[in-house]
Amino acid sequence: MNMMSEAAVEKAVDQKMSELNTKMVGKDVSVYYGEKRALFDVNLNVRENTVTALIGPSGCGKSTFLRTLNRMNDTIDHCRVTGRITLDEMDIYDPSIDVVELRARVGMVFQKPNPFPKSIYENIAYGPRIHGLARNKADMDQIVEKSLQRAGLWNEVKDRLQEPGTGLSGGQQQRLCIARAIAVSPEVILMDEPCSALDPIATAKVEELIHELRANFTIVIVTHSMQQAARVSQRTAMFHLGQLVEENDTDKMFTNPDDQRTQDYIMGRFG
Amino acid sequence: MTAHIYTAFDDELKYLMRRISEMGGLAEQMVGESVRALVNSDAALAQKVISDDVIMDTAEREVGDKAIVTIAKRQPMAADLREIIGALRIASDLERVGDLGKNNAKRVMAVQGTGVPRKLARGIEHLSELAMTQLKEVLDVYTTRSAEKAKSIRDRDEEIDAIYTSLFRELLTYMMEDPRNITSCTHLLFCAKNIERIGDHATNIAETIYYMATGSQPEGERPKDDTTAAFGASE
Repeated sequence: MNMMSEAAVEKAVDQKMSELNTKMVGKDVSVYYGEKRALFDVNLNVRENTVTALIGPSGCGKSTFLRTLNRMNDTIDHCRVTGRITLDEMDIYDPSIDVVELRARVGMVFQKPNPFPKSIYENIAYGPRIHGLARNKADMDQIVEKSLQRAGLWNEVKDRLQEPGTGLSGGQQQRLCIARAIAVSPEVILMDEPCSALDPIATAKVEELIHELRANFTIVIVTHSMQQAARVSQRTAMFHLGQLVEENDTDKMFTNPDDQRTQDYIMGRFG
Repeated sequence: MTAHIYTAFDDELKYLMRRISEMGGLAEQMVGESVRALVNSDAALAQKVISDDVIMDTAEREVGDKAIVTIAKRQPMAADLREIIGALRIASDLERVGDLGKNNAKRVMAVQGTGVPRKLARGIEHLSELAMTQLKEVLDVYTTRSAEKAKSIRDRDEEIDAIYTSLFRELLTYMMEDPRNITSCTHLLFCAKNIERIGDHATNIAETIYYMATGSQPEGERPKDDTTAAFGASE
């Protein structure tokens, strides 16, 4: 990988930031699990090349909202989504949308690393293969190498690509899952507490990775760690009882938030 | 504000508040006593002020240590973070106030027996009363956290500056009248400057409190009426 200097990355990122393109828009999004309403008319824009952190106490709806962004909720029976969610102005809940294709554009990384019970190589190659992204073996080798490099894992695994992915450490497995998500060249990556099962060193590596990925992807991350949200994101959205309470620049959110509930939550003053 | 889930965190913040209040009380006392020692040529009182400065320095270090440990342990956010950073800043302002009081006390010996005119001593006393009022009020605002009040104190520093400027002129006149006054008048000039600076520190503290309360810096330039820096240049 040609390693860009930190300043160059920063500059490229800032340049893209200044354009402030909206990648995804959630308008009046409500989610019901059977009779129970989990989200109440959430309006939230996701900016391109920006890390947006979703925070809030357990059960506040942040994961539910995250999962509406690539229709992961479709897999849950009795789950109903209303409102409108667009990706580049295309309604992702439109009946004509191919969900498999949508999820290739909006990838996801989960809380627990979940590599396939296959080799490291196959873990990465699986997605590009089913989406027909590689014409031949050499192509595929290149995709695998590039994805692993972008995930900062290449040097650690390049001599053991045929070993099972499940044999890696927890932190490596999570970066493998991120490499797998990247391999199909998504535009948006959703992360649902990607570091909660990792130790501090592995967490730092994943956070550093998120920081770098922002140059090329749009990232939405759900996290319970306030410090993590403060470190990795540029925008933060605070959920409480199924409602979006406040959305703001991260720097502002963690020094001087507008809403009292945000204030209480981030300062650990929730009753 | 509702209490923290971690009660020990509340205790740590309370500790910082208590120590700052103590430091504030000591700073007021040191400034008051140093001026009294100067006016009454009281060497013993001056000596007490000098030794009190050790207590002040220790207090500042303890506040600093506690603040660092609290930040490391609690990783405070928003108002909590501002509270701790504010305590650090205020502690360092108060420590400087203590130093300035000590410096005035050190000059008591030098000015002693030189027959400082009563009128000049009164001028210094008056200046110090204003600075002490600023300091006292700002410490009250530290307890109440009124952003409005903090801002009004900040806007009043002008008064001290004006009196300092007139004192400066007066001291110059004495020196020109009789060169034997130069030594004592120079010391008094430093004393006046020290007191004027105490007013500046009180203003700093007012700004810090405003920031702690609102999360933003008070807008606009500080009002200034200290013209001594240009004195003599254009005459």
